[in-house]
Amino acid sequence: MTETKITEEEAVPEARRVETDGVPAAQKPNGVAAHTVVERVAELGEKTVGEVRCDNPFIVTENVDVYYGDNHAIQNVTLEIGKSEVIALIGPSGCGKSTYLRCLNRMNDSIESARVTGTITLDRQDIYGSDLDPVALRARVGMVFQKPNPFPKSIYDNVAYGPRIHGLASDRAELDEIVHTSLDRAGLLKEVKDRMDEPGTGLSGGQQQRLCIARTIAVNPEVILMDEPCSALDPIATARIEDLIDELSRDYAIVIVTHSMQQAARVSQRVAYFHLGRLVEVDETNRIFTNPQHKLTEDYITGRIG
Amino acid sequence: MQNLTLILLLAAMAGGAFFMGRRRSFAVVGGLAHSARLHSLPGYYGYFTLIWCLLPALGLFLVWVLVEPKVIVALIIESLPGAQRTMSAGELNLLVNNIQNLAAGDAISGEIDAVMRDAADRYNDYVAASRRMLAALTLGIAGLGGAIALRRIRPEFRARNRVEQVVLYLLIAASSIAILTTVGIVLSVLFEAIRFFREVPLTEFLFGLSWSPQTAIRADQVGSSGSFGAVPLFAGTLLITAIAMVVAVPVGLMTAIYLAEYSSSRVRAVAKPLLEILAGIPTVVYGFFAALTVAPWVRTAGESIGLEVASESALAAGLVMGIMIIPLVSSLSDDAIHAVPTAMRDGALGLGSTRSEAMVRVMLPAALPGIVGGILLAVSRAIGETMIVVMAAGLAANLTANPFEAVTTVTVQIVTLLVGDQEFDSAKTLAAFALGLMLFVVTLCLNVIGLTFVRKYREQYE
Repeated sequence: MTETKITEEEAVPEARRVETDGVPAAQKPNGVAAHTVVERVAELGEKTVGEVRCDNPFIVTENVDVYYGDNHAIQNVTLEIGKSEVIALIGPSGCGKSTYLRCLNRMNDSIESARVTGTITLDRQDIYGSDLDPVALRARVGMVFQKPNPFPKSIYDNVAYGPRIHGLASDRAELDEIVHTSLDRAGLLKEVKDRMDEPGTGLSGGQQQRLCIARTIAVNPEVILMDEPCSALDPIATARIEDLIDELSRDYAIVIVTHSMQQAARVSQRVAYFHLGRLVEVDETNRIFTNPQHKLTEDYITGRIG
Repeated sequence: MQNLTLILLLAAMAGGAFFMGRRRSFAVVGGLAHSARLHSLPGYYGYFTLIWCLLPALGLFLVWVLVEPKVIVALIIESLPGAQRTMSAGELNLLVNNIQNLAAGDAISGEIDAVMRDAADRYNDYVAASRRMLAALTLGIAGLGGAIALRRIRPEFRARNRVEQVVLYLLIAASSIAILTTVGIVLSVLFEAIRFFREVPLTEFLFGLSWSPQTAIRADQVGSSGSFGAVPLFAGTLLITAIAMVVAVPVGLMTAIYLAEYSSSRVRAVAKPLLEILAGIPTVVYGFFAALTVAPWVRTAGESIGLEVASESALAAGLVMGIMIIPLVSSLSDDAIHAVPTAMRDGALGLGSTRSEAMVRVMLPAALPGIVGGILLAVSRAIGETMIVVMAAGLAANLTANPFEAVTTVTVQIVTLLVGDQEFDSAKTLAAFALGLMLFVVTLCLNVIGLTFVRKYREQYE
């Protein structure tokens, strides 16, 4: 999967950059306060402000729309996610960031009324193509959920679940190795190595979430999607998970949905701001938080909406 | 006065009491405009007055109606000439019956003499007097209660708390009816069973291998020796239950898996009610389906491959019973699977499980306690099922594990022992109560185990 990396780098960035240049000017913050929601929708504009392209794109989504029945949940989102970067999706509740996230591993498939249009490619392979098996895709794109959801099995079996169903280990020793490595990388091994047979549901919330991360990396994915992974955790457990995200970002592309702007600032290199189903602005984390181009982004990060 | 008229009058008084109580509450605060000064909403003062008017009067009425016949009969017997007081209990009972019938103007047995006619007239007098007293007392108490309640109404009077207290007692009374009925059933069966065990030792009943419930009228009669070993009956019951579960558990479980995981919501909306219709078919209909359709079919099918099959085989009864239980198993299992949080399913799918892997490796193990609980409830239903086995399973108490032979079950024997005219002092009839008690104990244990499983399961995710 990694062989194609270099050719992508050559092919994509330069040409695509041009499209978004020049757009911000018309929509720069004008300092007028007190906007109603209706006015804000009008302000949204069709185009995403900032830089949707990146140097080394791994996941590319072009003009993605998602409908739940008649509800147009995601509108025309174009975004590139780089090989080893952490990109944070922020925005008020119901803005579509979780929906967008769940498009990337086709978890929306299990919702009967959901319909996805546009193209999403992972490593230049169309993930909604007819020849692609969503089950195989989900092994490549791991997911960590909002609420820790360890299976009602032992700690060992929780981590071994993925390797077992995908046949990643040929014997018990190999499986042990995978389980230990995964727990170690998730920073949980020290705490649980003497009680691998105890149920995973008996751990504390933060440990459970790290167990879920260990479970995800045991399958050896290429991308990890995180849907508000810390929203059910206390600040100390949150800090540990954030450190972990930092370490993991060396090997995986990480897409994290978060409601905490501090968290987005701490862990991500790029930030994408969603509002009412549209991708309003994407840029490097620094720039988003110090000099947002779009009025809505500015309002959100300064706490005026959200 | 007729009792019905009295009840209607009471109801009218209660209605009146409500409005008077309500009006009084306005009066004590000085008009509608000041009703905010009342402790409770005005309606509560109305209900408070209503309760005081109705409940004591109703209580008196019920006690009176229960005690009245006994008191009158005692008075009549007391008044009869001494000679008739020396009669035996049975004769006296008959005489009192005759007097009551005469008083009501019905046909009676035997001759009517002057003494009896006299007694019947007195009986009617007593009843009329009792009714008059009842009416006066009841209405009096209702009025008095209402008046007391009205006098107690003050702005600071906590009517709501009083009314809610009474409602609470009503709720407790309602919920204890079911429990008390169960206790009553157990006791009635228990006492008859104890009478049985006086004649037949408990050990013979529990461990005897032969069931032939008959008692001799004369000592030299043919077949005078009955035997009351319940083992063949329980073996037959277990055999048929086992066959039923072999049918119901896989089919029900697969139905539940399909409905919970694979079916579209439209299929589910149709299939679930249809399954529930299956559960609503009267068991007697299943019974003749088993006896007239399935049993002959099993017999022909068995004979075509060279097996000897009784026309009332355990297999036929078990198969149909299994079909009857499918909805129970599928609906309880479906609930159990649905109760597993979607987060589990998402977690499994997110790791690249197929839907079947997610179901078999995550959802089913998580739902297992609930499913086991459902199956145990289904087993106790199968054990207690009567109509299908009465019609399809036969009467011969064979101790066998061969599903092609005819066996009989506990419930079938209870039915045959108690149908028709029976004497209630022979071991034969009393055996039905002993069997009933055993059955009750077994199903109770299964239900307790089943419900414990279900409860444990619920706690796991809350």
